[in-house]
Amino acid sequence: MAFFQAQEISISFGGLKALDRVSFTVNKGEIFSIIGPNGAGKTTIFNCINRFYDLDEGVFLLDGKSLSSAKTHQIADMGIARTFQNIELFKNMTVLDNLILGRHRKRRSNILTEMFFFKPVQRQEINSREKAEEIIDFLDLEAHRDQLVVNLPYGVQKTVELGRALAMEPTLLLLDEPTSGLNMEESEDLAFWLDDMKEELGITVLMVEHNMRFVKQTTDRVLAIDFGQTIIEGETNEVLNHPDVMRAYLGEENVCNA
Amino acid sequence: MRFLMKTDYYQDIRLFKYRSTFFWYLALVLGCVLLPKIIDEYMLSQLTFICIYAVAGVGLMLLTGFTGQISMGHAAFLAIGSYTSAVLTAKGVPFLLALPASGVTAALVGIVIGRPILHLTGLYLAIATMGAAFIIEEILVRWESVTNGNMGMMVDTPTIFGFGFDTEIRFFYLSLVVLILVLLLAKNILRSPTGRAFIAIRDSEIAAEAMGINLASFKTQSFAISAFFTGIAGSLYAHKIFFINPESYTIMQSIELLAIVIIGGLGSLHGAVYGSIFFIFLPQLIIISKDYLPSFVQDQTGLQPALFGLLIILVMLFEPMGIYGRWLKTKFYFEWFPLYKKDSFKREKKYQKAERH
Amino acid sequence: MEFFNELTQTILNGVAIGCIYGMVALGFVLIYKSTEVINFAQGELLMLGAFISYSLITQLHLSYWTALVVTILAMGIVGAILERVVLRSLVGEPTYAIVIVTIGISYFIRSIVSMIPGWGTDTYGFRTPFTDKFLRWGDVVISYEYLSIVVLALVLIAAVFVFFGYSRMGTAMRATSQNQLAAVYMGISVTRVFSLTWTIAAALGGIGGILLAPITFVHMNMGFIGLKAVPAAVLGGFTSPPGAIVGGLIIGITESLAGVYLEEGWKDIAAWIILIAVLIIRPQGLFGIQEKKKV
Repeated sequence: MAFFQAQEISISFGGLKALDRVSFTVNKGEIFSIIGPNGAGKTTIFNCINRFYDLDEGVFLLDGKSLSSAKTHQIADMGIARTFQNIELFKNMTVLDNLILGRHRKRRSNILTEMFFFKPVQRQEINSREKAEEIIDFLDLEAHRDQLVVNLPYGVQKTVELGRALAMEPTLLLLDEPTSGLNMEESEDLAFWLDDMKEELGITVLMVEHNMRFVKQTTDRVLAIDFGQTIIEGETNEVLNHPDVMRAYLGEENVCNA
Repeated sequence: MRFLMKTDYYQDIRLFKYRSTFFWYLALVLGCVLLPKIIDEYMLSQLTFICIYAVAGVGLMLLTGFTGQISMGHAAFLAIGSYTSAVLTAKGVPFLLALPASGVTAALVGIVIGRPILHLTGLYLAIATMGAAFIIEEILVRWESVTNGNMGMMVDTPTIFGFGFDTEIRFFYLSLVVLILVLLLAKNILRSPTGRAFIAIRDSEIAAEAMGINLASFKTQSFAISAFFTGIAGSLYAHKIFFINPESYTIMQSIELLAIVIIGGLGSLHGAVYGSIFFIFLPQLIIISKDYLPSFVQDQTGLQPALFGLLIILVMLFEPMGIYGRWLKTKFYFEWFPLYKKDSFKREKKYQKAERH
Repeated sequence: MEFFNELTQTILNGVAIGCIYGMVALGFVLIYKSTEVINFAQGELLMLGAFISYSLITQLHLSYWTALVVTILAMGIVGAILERVVLRSLVGEPTYAIVIVTIGISYFIRSIVSMIPGWGTDTYGFRTPFTDKFLRWGDVVISYEYLSIVVLALVLIAAVFVFFGYSRMGTAMRATSQNQLAAVYMGISVTRVFSLTWTIAAALGGIGGILLAPITFVHMNMGFIGLKAVPAAVLGGFTSPPGAIVGGLIIGITESLAGVYLEEGWKDIAAWIILIAVLIIRPQGLFGIQEKKKV
């Protein structure tokens, strides 16, 4: 059953067609990966979903609803959370505050009630705090709870960013190269968490990834693109072994020799 | 180093982290209350100015220190607050209403100005606010039927329920109470979702937007609340100096307000207070130290501003993070006493890597 | 016809003033490009330059042209000293700290000037080779002083343009402005680039001062013209030297027109109204490039 769909999406920057009528379908509860060489247009897809860029043509559908009329900040309200390729955390805040910020879309107070810190605001704070604690527990972040993000190692920062996205209680989670910069052990942890997210929290995951071993290990289905065009969409093994995909990654000659 | 065993999430959202902190603040307030008994009227009057500037500083701190939006036109909101309060009290509106009304007027003007220009970034926003301030100043000059133009207008003594704040001591207490209230309100905002959204915008607009934070709305809210506090300060300022005209609210004053929050230390409410203490007491110190200088230097009228400029440069060279940054380092030194190393706070000086055109 | 003449006259005056704004704005742009700082002391540098040239001409009886050269050199040295003593130790510190320091510098220069014997708080003027000479064209009259400003501004822009486009150091400065780290890796001495930037910016301020002196006279507060040059720089996009001059011209002409055809008061805020209007439509100024952070 189609949970999230891209239909014939196109966007160009100047003369360059970054995406050319790309379509794909993500089913509810699955982990879906987008792969492709550098510059293929993978992150551009995410930026279009987030509406940092406007699509020239085509549409994204979430549960049958179009994202085209939503503003950037409304995408979060629709239950789509994301992480970034080069970490976009709030660096001068503690881990805890970053996680609590993920709760922003659940906010029911306004600046006037907050000014006086009325009881409902307090309850809301406690509630956010509890949720953040659940995520700290889930991602093993206890040791870093009160540290400033800026002082943490890269791998932990990546985890915090994942945690912040989870704090939004998303239905669709976009992960932009989640394993880049992680060591083997951290990647293993991540694969484990992804599995948990899928099984326990029922979150649908759409990710951009370069690490083929990781893709093979975690992903249900894959879309391969190159030069903004679809090569193939299908089951993981089918896509990874497809000759066109290998050619896009390795180049013409190497495939012939192999 | 203290460790706090937390047993309840309520402990995390309390106003004071440690019980001792609360007592220190209480002692500070008590000290301020008793202070008028031991200092003369002139010093008291300077203390009142510190309170007033600190209120405005808190306003600008929310916008610049916490939301990361630089305003170089905040004197305009000070002016709007002053004129609103002056006009309203002259018309017989009680001060207790005129005070919040001046804040609200400033906030409304803030929304009208802020909405179209807040999508500008950094420098461009700073310049646009500066331009808006020039325009507001000119309006105050030309709108003679209300403001009396360049002639200026007298401001009444504020009275609350028949109690007149006509002596230095009374006015000092009034300003102190307003400052404490403003600090509490600001602190509450900062420990709520809105305050976190402000800081999020400062640290990464892109991530903030992806979290569902409506940039336009929250920047405008920050601008409005900042204008509100500055307007309140403006009202007190007008009633303190009795006579206002548009020349009291120039670009120089906007820049001084900005210097207050930067020298105090961006990103902390303490900084706003430290900054105002620095700005009010520095000229006093210069006047006092003048007596010890050779007479041909003493007589120079330019001496005071020269020293003032020099000290600003020195403070920033010595501590670019502002007075609050220095305070944190000193505190750290004592908490870790024998372990403190000179390099504990040494940061890597990085070359700017921004890709600009 | 009379209306036409008056209009031409007004616009020509505006062009001359606009060139001054443009020159101060050029100083802003140079420093902003290499250090991402607005130098609030730029107007004070101009004022200092005017005072120096005044002393050279009336007290040391140098010729105008010698005074011009000496002023440029002297101001260049002032800029280099400022950079060496104050600003160099702030490289890598937060931008706002540096901006506040430039404000401190502007306070300092202004009050030091007021304390120097023979300068002080009075207003002075001096004779130039252009004084009391006019070019007539029908009923339109242009003084040589105004002409000198326009010509020199054009020469300066050309010089800056050639310097940035074709010289080694100019290329190094452009590289540094885009990515300091990469510039260091390429063997560019970033400290030298900064030092030279401040030297040039201060020298430009000095030229602005000597040109402006016959028009507004020399006094302590003539540096406030720096504030007028800010919208000029912003209009031009704050990073483009030709943009700064065009911005200056727009502001100068608007002000001049507003002064003649609108009620009193509009003249002072016309520049700002235009600035805000432009920024609302084009947030990056007329010649700036929209930068979007990549994620």
